Amino acid sequence: MKDIILALSLRSIRIHFLRSVLAALGIVIGVVAISSMGMMGANMTLSVTEELSSMANNLVVRAYTGGSGFGGGPGGGGTSGSGDEFITESEFREITKIAEKYGLVYGVQSESDRIEVGDRKGRATVYGLDDKVMPSIFSLSEGTFPKSTSSVVIGPTLASRYSLKTGSRIDIGDPDKGGTMTVRVVGILNERGMSMDVNSDSAIIADQKLFNGIYGREGEYNQVNIILNDINDTQKVKSAILDKMNRKEETVTIQDSSRMLESITSTLSTMTTFVMAIAGISLLVAATSIFNVMMMSVTERVREIGIMRSIGTQKSEIRKMFIYESVILGVIGATIGAILSLAIGWVVVLAMVGSTDYFFSPSSLVYIPSAMLVGIVICVTSGVYPAWRASSLDPIEALRAE
Amino acid sequence: MVEKPLIELVEVTRVYSLPSGDVVALDRVSLTINEGEFVAIMGPSGSGKSTLLNQIGCLDRPTSGDLFIRGKNTRTMHDRELTSLRLNTIGYVFQKFNLIPLLTAYENVEYPYLMKHRKPDDTGRVDTLLGMVGIDPPMAAHKPPELSGGQQQRVAIARALVNDPALILCDEPTGNLDSVTGHQIMGLLGDLNRKGSTILMVTHDAEVAGFAERTIVMRDGRVV
Ligand SMILES: Nc1ncnc2c1ncn2[C@@H]1O[C@H](COP(=O)(O)OP(=O)(O)OP(=O)(O)O)[C@@H](O)[C@H]1O
Ligand SMILES: [Mg+2]
Repeated sequence: MKDIILALSLRSIRIHFLRSVLAALGIVIGVVAISSMGMMGANMTLSVTEELSSMANNLVVRAYTGGSGFGGGPGGGGTSGSGDEFITESEFREITKIAEKYGLVYGVQSESDRIEVGDRKGRATVYGLDDKVMPSIFSLSEGTFPKSTSSVVIGPTLASRYSLKTGSRIDIGDPDKGGTMTVRVVGILNERGMSMDVNSDSAIIADQKLFNGIYGREGEYNQVNIILNDINDTQKVKSAILDKMNRKEETVTIQDSSRMLESITSTLSTMTTFVMAIAGISLLVAATSIFNVMMMSVTERVREIGIMRSIGTQKSEIRKMFIYESVILGVIGATIGAILSLAIGWVVVLAMVGSTDYFFSPSSLVYIPSAMLVGIVICVTSGVYPAWRASSLDPIEALRAE
Repeated sequence: MVEKPLIELVEVTRVYSLPSGDVVALDRVSLTINEGEFVAIMGPSGSGKSTLLNQIGCLDRPTSGDLFIRGKNTRTMHDRELTSLRLNTIGYVFQKFNLIPLLTAYENVEYPYLMKHRKPDDTGRVDTLLGMVGIDPPMAAHKPPELSGGQQQRVAIARALVNDPALILCDEPTGNLDSVTGHQIMGLLGDLNRKGSTILMVTHDAEVAGFAERTIVMRDGRVV
């Protein structure tokens, strides 16, 4: 049917075009802000999840250091290396005995140290690993794994930061404290991204013998990593190790990436909600401007409302006319906002996450219709009071308005 | 013909409370108008004629006293009911025309039809009425601010008639018209009255009042 009430709303918007556009602009900005923040969060979560779940079969065992400093009281014997932050050789062997039938077990030593390349100084993490396990953990982009006791492989980030190639030399250590040791780069690793087992991208990876040659830390492991053959063994291996090692007192803790994944995802989602709430403030501002425009529209049309009422227009129709007006403003604003969100969201995601691989995935795009919906709902809500005001005008009074 | 009262006013008083003091626009007016009557209301400016018409047109409620329409006290009616009475039963030609500025002349006439029937006029009634009051289709496409006072008045008359109201209220329907057009409009009202409509018309013109079968004179808010 021909909806004369809708026609009146449209004509009113058209007559006050500039004012309506400005009001809708608020909604546009609000929708863009909310949806691009939401998409940023979703893309961040997706890419972190993807990165982490590729190594979900990793277990990392560390020495228990938590809680009180008295954890390993005096005279603690047996398997305990308590009080220090390392896993001892005997503990390492015990873990190996339990876990080796489920996958690869290897000890990791690490130090953060001063390095010097040419005349450039800096810091880097130095890892000491059994050279036999390196090929099962890393992949090379060039060169080979270390064969001699003075050669190392390095991560790609470190390589590009110091312009290192295979054959380059690095001095490790502080000349003022115990002198330096020169090592030769024989290989550069592929990028692995953030992980909890070994963060190799900006690190130096040395054979255990070389590492202990520099730091003299035989039998002191920072962590023992287990790469499980079957991810379903996670709980079984975890509890087997914990039962055995922590029988008398807490000596080790085990981290598996599912927990880490969970906590990172929940941190990200808290962060996303927070940023979106801030973006939501812009919608509140938009609501105020819509409210303002609607009140102006009501005030301006008092006489018209009086006429409509006097010739038999129900209050509900008058309300409808103003609700239509705010819905139209909301829908136009939200639609333009949604279209802009695609472009602006893309830029934000590219800038903040660094990759738009997941931009078109459902859990990212869902923020566009959601933000639209929020925008429209806010618009309509801000139109409710003005509409009610309009409908409850007294016809006689309204007719006298000029 | 059996005299059936369509409208009955019993001691209707309307007081406007203004900051400058109360204005008694209607002072205990009692009046009966039977179905099928054609009544003219005369009286000096400010004597309460429009106020009386607003009461009968269910636009306003009495400060005190009672108004019965077809025997039903309007005090007991809700806004919804009074509104649909204004839409379906009463056709009101306002002194100031009161056309909707955003709508064309045609749409203004069609408006009450749309509100009542919930569909556009496919019976040609709107065009017929516009023709009867002398508004041709090109003129009907104009919006009220683009029309002369007399043209607006004629559009307002056509609008009042579109839903075939049982009661027609006219507040100086010929005030802005030349005598020829004025006579045409009076002829139209006379025809409608003969077909059964009840008509109540405010006028300053004794000749126009002559079309009516009864004349009420008001002074200072009272029927004299
Ligand atoms: N809405 C209102 N608020 C306050 N006073 C009003 C209102 N409407 C009418 N009045 C007052 O009520 C009195 C009667 O007014 P009304 O419009 O009924 O006169 P009228 O007989 O129609 O006059 P006219 O012939 O000039 O149209 C006047 O004194 C007027 O000032
Ligand atoms: Mg008057």
